[in-house]
Amino acid sequence: METSLLQNLAMNDNGFIFDPISGYSYTSNETGLIILKLLASGLDKAEIRAQIMDEYEVSADNFDSDFEHYLLMLDALNLVEY
Amino acid sequence: MLSQNPDLSQLNATIAVTGLKTGDNPQPGVPVIRSIRAAGFMGKIIGLVYDSMESGIYLEDLVDQVYQMPYPSAGAEAFLSRIEYIVSKHKIDVIIPTLDAEVILYIRLGDELSKLGIHTYLPTEECFLLRDKTKLASYFPPKGIAVPETSLISEPSQVIASKDQFPLMIKGRYYEAYKANNVEEGLKYYYEIESRWGLPIILQKLIPGDEYNIVIVGDGEGGILGMVPQKKLVITDKGKGFGGVVVNNPDLFDFAHKVISLLKWRGPCELEVMRGFDGVYYLIEINPRFPAWVRLAEGSGQNQPAAVVLKALGEPLEPLPACKAGTLFIRHAEDIIADVSVMGQISAKSELIRR
Amino acid sequence: MKKTYIAPNIERNSAGNMNKYGAKSVVRYQDRIESIPITDLVKEYGSPLIVLSEAQMRKRYRRLLDTMKMHYPQVEMAWSYKTNYLAAVCNVFHQEGARAEVVSRMEYEMARTRGIKGRDIIFNGPGKSPDALRIAIEEEALIHIDHLDELYLIEKLARELDTKAQVAIRVNMDTGISPQWTRFGFNYENGEAYRSIQRLLSGKMMNLRGLHTHIGTFILDANAYYWAAKALLELASRIEKDNGIVLEYIDMGGGFASQNTLHNQYTPGEFASPSFDQYALAIGNAFNESHFVTEHLPKLVLETGRALVDEAGYMISTVLGKKNMPSGERAVILDAGVNTAITAWWYKLKVSPTRSFPGAYQNTIFYGPLCMNIDVIRPALPFPDLQFGDKVLITPVGAYNNTQWMQFIEYRPQIVMITETGQTELIREAESLQDITARERIPEHLRKL
Repeated sequence: METSLLQNLAMNDNGFIFDPISGYSYTSNETGLIILKLLASGLDKAEIRAQIMDEYEVSADNFDSDFEHYLLMLDALNLVEY
Repeated sequence: MLSQNPDLSQLNATIAVTGLKTGDNPQPGVPVIRSIRAAGFMGKIIGLVYDSMESGIYLEDLVDQVYQMPYPSAGAEAFLSRIEYIVSKHKIDVIIPTLDAEVILYIRLGDELSKLGIHTYLPTEECFLLRDKTKLASYFPPKGIAVPETSLISEPSQVIASKDQFPLMIKGRYYEAYKANNVEEGLKYYYEIESRWGLPIILQKLIPGDEYNIVIVGDGEGGILGMVPQKKLVITDKGKGFGGVVVNNPDLFDFAHKVISLLKWRGPCELEVMRGFDGVYYLIEINPRFPAWVRLAEGSGQNQPAAVVLKALGEPLEPLPACKAGTLFIRHAEDIIADVSVMGQISAKSELIRR
Repeated sequence: MKKTYIAPNIERNSAGNMNKYGAKSVVRYQDRIESIPITDLVKEYGSPLIVLSEAQMRKRYRRLLDTMKMHYPQVEMAWSYKTNYLAAVCNVFHQEGARAEVVSRMEYEMARTRGIKGRDIIFNGPGKSPDALRIAIEEEALIHIDHLDELYLIEKLARELDTKAQVAIRVNMDTGISPQWTRFGFNYENGEAYRSIQRLLSGKMMNLRGLHTHIGTFILDANAYYWAAKALLELASRIEKDNGIVLEYIDMGGGFASQNTLHNQYTPGEFASPSFDQYALAIGNAFNESHFVTEHLPKLVLETGRALVDEAGYMISTVLGKKNMPSGERAVILDAGVNTAITAWWYKLKVSPTRSFPGAYQNTIFYGPLCMNIDVIRPALPFPDLQFGDKVLITPVGAYNNTQWMQFIEYRPQIVMITETGQTELIREAESLQDITARERIPEHLRKL
């Protein structure tokens, strides 16, 4: 997975994300933002899952399926190459 | 210095206004707020917006706080719970809605709003319904007010059936009106309007003549608190008036007085009137809100938005000064410069607290 | 304690999709129906589940009748069977004093089985069969004639039976709304209605008792009823003058809108639908202006269905799964679809969460369980992040669903009624395979596999 594009993004804590290269901006929810930051810092799926499960009440299965969807969305937005 | 009338400089209240978009298809919120400020109002003004790209949000000195509202189509519960939330953050004393589709919400929810301490100055529901575009042609003509021949349609075949009568005006129930020169254009507009505003669709005979628009505040008993008529001087390719001049025309005054006395309209409205080349005045539309050009009222000496604030609060209102014929407005667009973080605030948090 | 999890989400901002007002709650949840917890209902009766409120039905019935009586005292109601013909529902309205309004032989037989006498049945509709008409004539039901061939048929049957049929004719007219329902009944403006009455009277096999109209369905313009009533009363006057017959009743049909919102309607139902008072005022005005009315005080009959029962119906449904759509919207798959709530095709049904949710909302589409693309319970609306097994409440579904639902790939669910005393009563059991296949016959050569 190619996540280098995430390095460019300016993310504020509200979930507003600005891409100064393309000019696009995005809105993300709390978990979406955390995952984006973790992806940007180079963590892999297992590490991200561990962190999320540490903080939130969620099963591994449930998270895996959501994570999968989320990556597809990021891919569709050209933010990661998945 | 002469004291202003109305004078809002001593008014301790918070006023909320909707519709802050300016630009090519401007909403009336920004000019309404400017007029209120021009009356010396020092209190807080809250902008209620639907989209975080409404340009008025980005003006530093316009509103103190901005909140995003659910669209009227989301229903009463969504609307009320959002208002309750906003009121829990900051009280609101008066709301001036400026968009056609939301006015009925504010009318029907009047009781719930007043429980929250929010006042409005709006017509009754019955009166509001009489001015519906689908009703004008049946209500007014028997009472001596001419309205262009109108039919309500809900099937495309009815456009084809009118093929001998083109050119026609084709209109949506809430917004949008186009001149269709033939059946093909008629059908194109039919589908466009249907997809945006639903049915029925209004077909109206085209009246060649001069168009006048009148901004009015009615007192709810058939009387008029303020009235400023203008003749459009600049019309954009979308049919919007981007310049106009205040006229002093006794026939037009009489016509408007008659319309308002029949309706017993309370609050702001805009009459669209055609003076046909046959010399007859036709009522084209009654918009249940201030028009985007309402600053012309203030500029010509009659600050109608300020008057509405006082009436909503039940405060005494001196008779407004007469408007000065020959006052001109011309619309000017300007680019606002802001940091993308402002957009971030409003789009991620749905609110922006400047002060 | 760990935080509540919400599925991650991201959306690109663009002008037009920048209305989220998402940070705080705009969706209210409802965790009980008339003080009965939804979780209890599902535990006892399963999911999906349709719940009907007896109190709501009676309340709305009485309110409509009281409101109408304030404008015109001589009012009678007829329960529109096609709106909901569950026996328990019909009997609620019959107990309140409503006659039966039926549009087919099946409905006619239902009403008779419930103990409604023929003369308390109004028989409407364009497709009455000769068999059904014969019974209706014999039992003195009020037959509302839709077209000329039906008029001839009734005349012939009455002659055969050597009795007079009790009839009214259905009239259509311009009430300022569109579409105008000209396919039913006889037209007023072009004189067809008057001529058909003259023809009817000349045959001498029918007693003309009243006039009927049904101007359409989900009428959002209360004033249309004024024009409709005015036309019928003018016609009644003319019949009195020309034929010396004083009609007993004017049947204004149904068509009052519920609080639902049509898909092509921009303003939501709670702002667009007229109140009972607005409808009653429109009809009352026409009645009180009429000379015929002052003279004879005819009965006013209403066949209101939807506006009485729609809001009394709830559907509880369970989340089977969810997905994120490429558009950024979320999709939720429910265990009840348009097979059970067919009115989802016409209305923006309201979907409510049944518990409180923290956090942001996302545009969510509600799909049913059918393998059809058109199985959409509700197009996108802002909603919290539902989990597998969560329940949602879909409203209002009391009208036309229990009569138009489809037998497509699934058994129909249980229906319970919450009684006025707050008890729950099962009023229709869930179906089983037996219900679906019992009528089938397999040819001999196809029996062996």
